[in-house]
Amino acid sequence: MDIPYTVEVRRDTGLNNGKIGIWLFLASEVMLFGALFASYILIRTGSPSWPRGDTLLDVPLATFNTIVLITSSVTMVMAWASLMRRKFGTFRIYMGATILLGFVFLIVKYFEYSHHFAIGEGPSHNNFLAIYFTLTGLHMLHVFGGMVVNAYFWGPGAKLYQTNPVWFTNRVEHSGLFWHFVDLVWIFLFPTLYLL
Amino acid sequence: MSDHAADHSTDDHAVDIDKHVKVYITVFVTLMVLTVVTVAISRLHLSVPVAVTIALFVALVKGSLVAGYFMHLVSEKRLIYAVLALTAAFFVVLLALPVLTHEDGFWIPQAAEPAAAHPEAEHK
Repeated sequence: MDIPYTVEVRRDTGLNNGKIGIWLFLASEVMLFGALFASYILIRTGSPSWPRGDTLLDVPLATFNTIVLITSSVTMVMAWASLMRRKFGTFRIYMGATILLGFVFLIVKYFEYSHHFAIGEGPSHNNFLAIYFTLTGLHMLHVFGGMVVNAYFWGPGAKLYQTNPVWFTNRVEHSGLFWHFVDLVWIFLFPTLYLL
Repeated sequence: MSDHAADHSTDDHAVDIDKHVKVYITVFVTLMVLTVVTVAISRLHLSVPVAVTIALFVALVKGSLVAGYFMHLVSEKRLIYAVLALTAAFFVVLLALPVLTHEDGFWIPQAAEPAAAHPEAEHK
């Protein structure tokens, strides 16, 4: 039995079920990161002193990572646009670039984390680093999760395109929504942690 | 539908996507410029309340561009807007809670009171 409303839209919602599902999931993600941002505000306002992020963190590296993640958002949406134009080869190039850019982001974070641990600045060092590692660590997990899903659609999951290209295009759009959300979270994390 | 009509529809669709792609490129360039602006403003070493306001405003503009154009929220169905409106309301409450419960002012840490002001502390 086929899964209903993967391609055709429901008359009552005007949407396919996958899109409703991903948006509900993203709503829960907003609350997850919202709780951590609220914790950040509570810890910062309750602290007698708070360091500027750029005195402890590497701003040029984080700026580079911001550019990487924004670029990956563009390649992701271009991957979807390629499928809408029925250009599968171009989709593969853009999706491959998205995965690669996600990988670059994680490598840069690895160097940032390694530097902190090498000089004894772990999460237990102070409140600033505790919330920094919590927020960026959770964000990194999301980047990794998005990369796994995107890699599936680039590789084995792409078989669906041969039998049902519209369903495959919808799936890529939904994974794209998650990827853009991860980019959106970083857009707020970057100034909050590194620049203020 | 005739073949001619089908071809016409496909052409329209392709033109529509081409327009989208142009918007994506424009948004991308804007996001890059705003990233540079964010970093440049942080170098001015403004007071914390001003720096927070400007940085979050720029982040809000960038976030809106990503959500509006990359996530297609500018032309989404009403159900998605309803879900997001509810999420936004709870999100604001979540962020407001620590602000409302903080007694010493927002972003302005108060100096610790001298020990003499708490005689009971001296006995400990």
